[in-house]
Amino acid sequence: MRARQRFTIWFESCRLSRRADWLLAWSLRLSALVSGALVVFITVFVIAEAWPALRSIGVWRFLNDASWYPSAGVEDGTFNLVPMLVGTVLTTAGAIVLAAPLGVLSAIFRQVYAPPGVGRVYRWLIELLAGIPSVVYGFWGLVVVVPIITRFEPPGASLLAGILILTLMILPTTTLASDAALQSVPRRTIEGAAALGLGRWATLQGVALPAASSGIATGVLLATGRALGETMAVLMVCGNVVAVPDSLFDPVRTLTANIALEMAYALDGHRSALFVSGLVLLLLVSALVLAAEVVDRRQAVG
Amino acid sequence: MDEPIAWAALSAGRSRASGRGIVGRSADRLAAVIVWMTAAAVSAVFLWLLSDLVRHGAGQLSWAFLVDPPSNAGRAGGIGPIVQSTAWILMIALGVALPIGLGTAVLLAENTSSETLSGRLVRRSLDVLAGVPSIVFGLFGNAFFCVYLGLGFSILSGGLTLACMVLPILIRSTEEGLRAVPTEYRLGGAALGLGRLTILTRLLLPAATPGLVAGVVLGFGRAIAETAALIFTSGYVDRRPESVFDSGRALSIHIYDLAINIPGGELNAYATALVLVMILIITNSTASWLGGRLHAQHLLS
Repeated sequence: MRARQRFTIWFESCRLSRRADWLLAWSLRLSALVSGALVVFITVFVIAEAWPALRSIGVWRFLNDASWYPSAGVEDGTFNLVPMLVGTVLTTAGAIVLAAPLGVLSAIFRQVYAPPGVGRVYRWLIELLAGIPSVVYGFWGLVVVVPIITRFEPPGASLLAGILILTLMILPTTTLASDAALQSVPRRTIEGAAALGLGRWATLQGVALPAASSGIATGVLLATGRALGETMAVLMVCGNVVAVPDSLFDPVRTLTANIALEMAYALDGHRSALFVSGLVLLLLVSALVLAAEVVDRRQAVG
Repeated sequence: MDEPIAWAALSAGRSRASGRGIVGRSADRLAAVIVWMTAAAVSAVFLWLLSDLVRHGAGQLSWAFLVDPPSNAGRAGGIGPIVQSTAWILMIALGVALPIGLGTAVLLAENTSSETLSGRLVRRSLDVLAGVPSIVFGLFGNAFFCVYLGLGFSILSGGLTLACMVLPILIRSTEEGLRAVPTEYRLGGAALGLGRLTILTRLLLPAATPGLVAGVVLGFGRAIAETAALIFTSGYVDRRPESVFDSGRALSIHIYDLAINIPGGELNAYATALVLVMILIITNSTASWLGGRLHAQHLLS
């Protein structure tokens, strides 16, 4: 570390006699500026597009209008986003409730219970699943999972289908994060527990999992962000009816699906209203990412 | 490759624990059953998904499927023009993101400024950028590239939108690759009186190649899997594109369209999904193999 610092100080202060080196220094700064400012630029642009709706419709109407019928224009249309907000919150919450424990158990399996060869194959499988496109999960949900649900409770395309598919999608995230967190528990801690005569489960429950908890929490927060922002999979399996669902078997529409469905023909106030829902998503996810970093840093310090 | 923590000590603990009475022992046994059942269930569901893709999709696959244009709204024919549009979108996305990402990664990894406020801000904003939902990239791309810059629904708009999306992945991986290069390389270069540019291009970048390539491969994987950001930027048109200003349909959008809008499009949707998943399996295995090499390099240095 010290050698690195000494070097970087040299790198900074080294003579910049050559023009090429000057050019290099400035092009590096320029590219860092572009990458650093990009997220700010995106946010500003989305706010600018959302602004007309925020001004002429207002937050109050987004929460209290009678229904969602935005294509009639700002005056005559109605702009109640609550069903979509509820849809997003319910699908995300359901998926996290399922994927968090499954992910932790999967990680425990690989770290503790699986024989080395099996563990390696299991990890390979999970990594593979992390890379499968959301549209493929959505398609499989549509042709396999939805018909199965239909057999028990029509129409099939429902909140439940959305939760199940989202669970599959974020399971790799929670598994890999829990796996890394368990991996970083110091060996001595575990040996100490063994020396005290604790059994496997007691060691896991009383020692290893508490030590890994902030790493697991970081993973769960990031997975929540992923579930909130997911579009294609929920769009394809949730039924997309604008209504607050009464049961798991009712169809729902999420904020993301709403944007994807209506953007193609939205004009003026309607288009701007869709950018408002995009802005809500952007802010929610940014908050989650920053929260995950705080948890992660606390772990690094503690 | 991370090996699991050695729980050998625990096995010894377990045999001793068996003397602790029936409660501890049965809790251990119950936990083992639950953990094994979870793993089995997770594996089973995922193997079900993969085997479905292979079973229904493999029958359609042929060279003709990959090069022929779709006919009858995609129910028959192949995916030739769609493969071409996808390739163009990806080339634009990576071609634009690579120089910017490389420059940022070099600055973050090699300069003291990465420890200062501005360096931390850049890193933080990249973390947020990595979490931005793809549909929001789609909204932004539509408003900025299609409407504001007047590029319309085109391969160029889609490619530029994806460039914004893959930037954080490229930067993170390249930065890791650069950090894995031993400090002696830089000191040796400095002792020879080489300029910054020479040290960078002749010593650091060649040595950091695994990280760089892993970043490109991961970015490629993220971009080719993307759907929501492309619906309103590159569009739906399934004809063979003549220039980057034409609208072009990506593979993922083809799957979506066949599944949702085209009754009877399922078989070709399965086949397209199989092509996409096979590309992703190849790219992700390459990335993790390169990542493993990077890790080994880290240990040696």
